[in-house]
Amino acid sequence: MNFPSFNLLMQSILSGVFIGALYGLIGLGLGLTWGLLRQINLSHFGLVFLSAYLSYQMATAGHVDPLWALLILPPAFFLFGMLMQWTLSKFAITPFNSLLATFGLTVVLESIIQGIWTADFRRLESAYTSMKFKVFGLFVPVPELITFGLSVGIAVAIWAVMRYTDVGKALRAMAEDGPIAAAFGINQKALSLFLAGLCAALAAVAGVCLALTFTLAPSQIFAWVGVVFAAVMLGGLGSPLGPLVAGIIIGVSEAITMAVASPSWAPIVSFSLLIFMLLLRPGKG
Amino acid sequence: MDKTFSGILAAGALMASVPWLGLPAFYESFLYLICHWIILAMSWNILSGYSGYFSFGHGVFFGVGMYTTAGLAGKLDWPFLATLPLAALIPAVLGVLLGAVVFRVKAVRGELFALLTLAVTFVVATIIINTRIDGGPGVYLMSVSVPKLGPSQPSSMYLMVLIVAVITALIAYKVQQSKLGVGLFAIHDDEDVAEVMGVPTYRYKLLAFAISSALAGLAGGIHALFVQYVTVGETFNITVPLTVVLMSCLGGSRHWAGPAVGAVLITTMLYFFTAGNNPVMGKAVVGIVLIVVILFMPNGVMGFFLRRRAEQAARRSRDAEAGRAHAPPAAVQPEPPALQPSLPTFAPVATGEVLLQARGLSKAFKGVQALSDVDLQVYKGEILGLLGPNGSGKSTFINVVSGHYPATGGTYAFEGRELVGMAAHEVAQSGIARTYQIPRPFMHLTVLENVILSAMFGGASMNRQQATEEARRCLSFTGLAHKAESLPDDLNLHQRKFLELARALAARPRLVLLDEVLSGMTPSEIDEAIVLIRRIRDQGATIVFVEHVMRAVVALCDRVAVLNHGKLLAVGPMQQVMSDPAVVNAYLGKPHA
Repeated sequence: MNFPSFNLLMQSILSGVFIGALYGLIGLGLGLTWGLLRQINLSHFGLVFLSAYLSYQMATAGHVDPLWALLILPPAFFLFGMLMQWTLSKFAITPFNSLLATFGLTVVLESIIQGIWTADFRRLESAYTSMKFKVFGLFVPVPELITFGLSVGIAVAIWAVMRYTDVGKALRAMAEDGPIAAAFGINQKALSLFLAGLCAALAAVAGVCLALTFTLAPSQIFAWVGVVFAAVMLGGLGSPLGPLVAGIIIGVSEAITMAVASPSWAPIVSFSLLIFMLLLRPGKG
Repeated sequence: MDKTFSGILAAGALMASVPWLGLPAFYESFLYLICHWIILAMSWNILSGYSGYFSFGHGVFFGVGMYTTAGLAGKLDWPFLATLPLAALIPAVLGVLLGAVVFRVKAVRGELFALLTLAVTFVVATIIINTRIDGGPGVYLMSVSVPKLGPSQPSSMYLMVLIVAVITALIAYKVQQSKLGVGLFAIHDDEDVAEVMGVPTYRYKLLAFAISSALAGLAGGIHALFVQYVTVGETFNITVPLTVVLMSCLGGSRHWAGPAVGAVLITTMLYFFTAGNNPVMGKAVVGIVLIVVILFMPNGVMGFFLRRRAEQAARRSRDAEAGRAHAPPAAVQPEPPALQPSLPTFAPVATGEVLLQARGLSKAFKGVQALSDVDLQVYKGEILGLLGPNGSGKSTFINVVSGHYPATGGTYAFEGRELVGMAAHEVAQSGIARTYQIPRPFMHLTVLENVILSAMFGGASMNRQQATEEARRCLSFTGLAHKAESLPDDLNLHQRKFLELARALAARPRLVLLDEVLSGMTPSEIDEAIVLIRRIRDQGATIVFVEHVMRAVVALCDRVAVLNHGKLLAVGPMQQVMSDPAVVNAYLGKPHA
């Protein structure tokens, strides 16, 4: 145990907030498909990495500003997500089997990524990489700030849509009881396609953010599974704001653990939190 | 010793001859991996496949076993074989401790259980890497000597893992055949009903968890010596849990041999693809195979073949049925086919002896008093009708007496024995059986197996053979004999209600609680059921009968009790109770004269 200076502590809390925002952004799409479509979509992680590698490729080979990728990749991924849902809907698939099938898809995506970009680490270098500014004696890196802004903005927007629009109400009704919702005239099939597309598009956005802030390797895909699952479970399945809040709680508690104890102790915080949440209020899951 | 048991032993003996065949060493390491994954997948299946508690934490028990051997043999210089008992015991204790906490929280099932066990993996990994068990650099076992079993070191490793694989297969098979296995499969389908029918669910889950963890730990202990260098990163990742889940689902998790089939298929695929020229392509192919299998064979390879066999059997029995042609369906036969001869026939007169005595029995749900201070006696041999408007506490009374809900106040005694505070399975074993208003059969068990389960676990606690005979008798008694091999999905509502009755009967209860068995039946089906219920009483059972169909109540009940808002309004003979002003008020409202 060592006690870091106040400034260092604040800096690590800030970095915890930033990484937590990325946990939340990745968890958002995962939690929505899980809560509303009853699918545990492991391939979400594969799609995040595919999007990250594509923006890396566009920035390195095409010299395209990574933020342009935000306009190109999400629509393309939206179509892919719809296609995937269309295929899955042909089979009556249980939540658990969806986990297995999408795990298979993740393995395929991992092989594709490894086949194209090799197993080596890749780093997206862009104008934003080293951009940062100082507020109240704390460094604020720009790529992280972009991630944070996107994560909060999208989560709030989806929350508002779910809360106030007819589509949002239809989605919530469908999640509650699909057949009954259908009997009240809700087009379940179209909604599911839309939602799956949306979640894939969210994976694309998260991928761009990941490429902006992290070094990429195909083997890293599964490294994110545990902690993002924890954020989704803590935040509540199908909740738009929950994963963001839970992600930030996890990120900050990890950052404080790293500063106070050592980086290798960090995982114990999020997973102990997850275990306690599951045991104390399992109904929320 | 039965055929499958000796078959497993023979296959093991055959496999054990490989090291002396003079094959290249490559075969031994390949077969080692196959046996290794067979142990992990089969042991996972004993808890997760049988009981439906899908664990993603199998890597913990494997890893703890691995680190037990690595620590004791690699750091403290214990002889390798001496470490193995502990490599099995420590994971088993860990599994029991984890289960003792987790299984108390009823809602942690399905995906939640999977996640919780996954989280435990990372917590244990973090503890190991930060303490002296590992500390970061990993543990070497280069200097640990391999026990000499075969002509060479790799063959000795292979023989060791083969022995454990054979033991695992025998255990997995025996568990599936045993009472434990029957109970676990019932837990898979409907844990609450299993408990009410006498399955000690909590104890069974713990036992399965312990067996499963011990075998995984054993595989880990051997694997530590095989890889010779143990690190946290290579041990506690999601490869082990994901691979075993895939293998079991691919092979079929409802059959003891399914995981072994999956393990052979996946290990072979991975081995040849990754050993080939294009390992990346190989991985992608495995992924694609997985997707295709899950989509087209959701029950796995064994499940696929078992279902086909079951379909053929069903077709054969249908053909046989058609052969017997014009015989009337068993359900409406006027003569009861073979009434249980072993039971004495009681005179249908109440003896005056108290069987069930409730004193001040109460049950509150967060402020709603569903049952309030009920004093009720049920006499041996009678049929007591429990009446009252909807929401008056009739079903709650049954749920409390059967132990499904704990009472919040009062006591009740059965045959003089206090039952308050007992688990539902103990209540069932003491001789009380119940039916559900909306039938809740075990959907993956055949009609016959549904009834066998009740005979094995209920008050009668018969062995499998007696239970099977008893179940057949109960099925023909309720007119379902021709449906014995069907799944509950094939039954209509009326047949499902009779299956509920057959299950209750097979436990040979002294008290049967019938919860609206007649609701939803047609008038002629009700007539059949009335005859049946009367016959159940004639066999010596006492019946508490919740019903809205007044015709049946009048025809059957010796006495009736009326509940309203959780309170007992009146008890006594039908005529007397129905003219009681409180009862008239409850049903018709106060007169405004």
